[in-house]
Amino acid sequence: MISFSPTEEQQMIVTMVKQFASDEMRKIYRECDENGEIPDSVIDTAWKMGLISSSIPEDYGGSGGEHSAITGSLIGEELAWGDLSMTMHILCPALFAYPVLEMGSETQRKKYLPLVCDETYKAATTALIEPRFGFDPYSLSTVAQLDGNEYVLNGEKCYVPLAAEADLLLVYARENGSSQGFIIEKGTKGLDVGEREKNMGIKALATYELSLKNCRVPKENRLGGQKGCDFDRIMNCSRVALSAMATGVAKAAFEYSRDYAKERVAFGEPIASRQAIAFMLAEMAIEIDATRLMTWEAAWKLDRKEEATKEASLVKAYADDMVIMVTDRAVQILGGHGYVREHPVELWLRNGRGFVTFDGMAIV
Amino acid sequence: MIDFELTPEQQEGIKAAHEAAKELFRPVSRYYDEHEHESPQELIDNIWKRRSEGLFDLGMDATAALRIEELCWGDAGLFLCIPGPALGGAAVFSSGTREQMERFLGGFNEGAPKWGAMAMTEPGCGSDTAAISATAVRDGDEWVLNGEKIFVTMGKRALEDSDGFVVVWATVDKSAGRAGMKSFVVPAGTPGMRVEKLEKKLGIKASDTVTIIFDNCRIPFENILGSPEVRKTETKGFRGAMATFDATRPIIAAQALGVGRAALDFIKETLENEGIKIHYGTPRQKLTALERDIIEMEANYKAAKLLTLRALWMMSQLQPNSLESSMAKAKAGLAVTKITQKAVEIMGPLGYSRKYLLEKWMRDAKINDIFEGTGQINMLITARRTLNYSRDQLK
Repeated sequence: MISFSPTEEQQMIVTMVKQFASDEMRKIYRECDENGEIPDSVIDTAWKMGLISSSIPEDYGGSGGEHSAITGSLIGEELAWGDLSMTMHILCPALFAYPVLEMGSETQRKKYLPLVCDETYKAATTALIEPRFGFDPYSLSTVAQLDGNEYVLNGEKCYVPLAAEADLLLVYARENGSSQGFIIEKGTKGLDVGEREKNMGIKALATYELSLKNCRVPKENRLGGQKGCDFDRIMNCSRVALSAMATGVAKAAFEYSRDYAKERVAFGEPIASRQAIAFMLAEMAIEIDATRLMTWEAAWKLDRKEEATKEASLVKAYADDMVIMVTDRAVQILGGHGYVREHPVELWLRNGRGFVTFDGMAIV
Repeated sequence: MIDFELTPEQQEGIKAAHEAAKELFRPVSRYYDEHEHESPQELIDNIWKRRSEGLFDLGMDATAALRIEELCWGDAGLFLCIPGPALGGAAVFSSGTREQMERFLGGFNEGAPKWGAMAMTEPGCGSDTAAISATAVRDGDEWVLNGEKIFVTMGKRALEDSDGFVVVWATVDKSAGRAGMKSFVVPAGTPGMRVEKLEKKLGIKASDTVTIIFDNCRIPFENILGSPEVRKTETKGFRGAMATFDATRPIIAAQALGVGRAALDFIKETLENEGIKIHYGTPRQKLTALERDIIEMEANYKAAKLLTLRALWMMSQLQPNSLESSMAKAKAGLAVTKITQKAVEIMGPLGYSRKYLLEKWMRDAKINDIFEGTGQINMLITARRTLNYSRDQLK
């Protein structure tokens, strides 16, 4: 039966995460963006909420809650409302954990999942995107070839969050025409983490280039073992996660520009009293809500383990456009004030622009 | 729990409505578009005979909205010809007493087919409904109505072709502004009321749109919906009108969705026949221009649909839904206008030709961005609610 009401438990999680976003993230996000660093203390505080471990069964060291894309979407939106860089940092281990949880072999789950359920934050990450024109996750340039009992990986990756500190990496490579995941532990020969990248936005999140030169991993490290992984589903979970985060970033920009428009007086009245401004805000509000509902619907399909490529792709395309429209307008509503770094809207515009590029960099 | 699963009843309703749309509406769709003002009598008789099936009971909840979308997928103009109290019924339902509901709506399933209509717009006021100049003056046990109403959807069917009624908005005290605005039920055949000027329109030509003149038209005192009292601090009457819109706007949005989806389905069917596939999962920068268009159209359709279902869900939960209703209506009206126009472009010479229904759907779609509050009025309401501004703070 159609319903738009989160469960009581989901509402509790949302309240908790919202509190964290406003008390912790919103206090330091500008500083983090300027310095390119996130204090460990914030990450630790976030980690204590158990956002990832709560959806991992007790057998693998988690607290045994249900793993739900809807819950993940709700969390993603609230966190991203606080700050996108921190959100991607906090949820980075999920990039490794959720595919292993859903598609990993029993051995892989037993071996790796407890590592992301530790009491202290330990980075684990994924490498999907490649630094080339015409990049397509379904036709990767990085290749994996079976050689005896080992896979040999070769290729270049970029936008790998926390690659320098991660103990575990899930690297996607082309194998016999399909995209498959390979678990690589830190220090494996042939795996070389490059310089930290400098991007237009998400500046507080450390991302790296990565090169794989004849990097050998045991055959058992192929995600899902012989069965392999459901790469479509991984991409769909990522599309839904990013759509939720885009909604959060857009909501932040919308609220800020709405409040500004009600305070800023021009020609004797608040600029929000003019339809030119008010209609921009109305459209922003409508598109944010629409994106959220579409995100929920795609997440709902994922939770039912149904094929969701169409829904997830539609909402991701919609969210990519929506977040740019909303954050750009937020800057526009603030005018010159929106362009200076004293106000946050320019940061949200830079972060918002990235969503179309970020496929694979977050997951629910 | 967030859930998008349709109940078995909803699934069956959609299926049956889709079949009916295909079987009853589509074959005569072009004919009644080209023969404006000709009554689709056979179709109406057919629907009337099948009324016990419940298929054409047009309520105001999600279940009804899903059926309405399907019927409008068939034909949005013919949909309006389905006998029933329609918007007039919505007004009675949202501000009438139990006795009035019984009296005015009770007979709608018996005897001959009947229609209801709502008269709000005047030559001098459209979206500015508070500026209404039609008057209602009390005279003993009666109200005396005077004024001119235009753009009354299905007014002719309600008042000339059947024993229906029209809900008229009029002021009982001009000096009281919004507080003086009340609504009245005027049954067909009431002396002093006449239907004039049958409009010729861009689309939804199977439906009639008329002018109604009230010239010392007398109705019983009990035909007022809501309280007859005027308290300057209270704008109940006006709020009654607005409450009606909260219920009807998502329904108009559902009608819009039907037309938009007709165009989308037509394009997708054509592409399939041509062997063209839409690769949804492809990265943005690698999509073809056509794929981008289709994805944008489909996403906009979905956005409008979910906003519509949310507004209706909130109503069923008895939550205030003015904001969400206006959001849904604004989005759906604009989305289907764009979807159908884009569809005509994509189909090229086939899209523009009257050989196919697509060009008709583009014309039909446009009304959804106009009636029951234009897109702009719904944006204005959305903006006011979003900003927490009064009508004086945001004009």
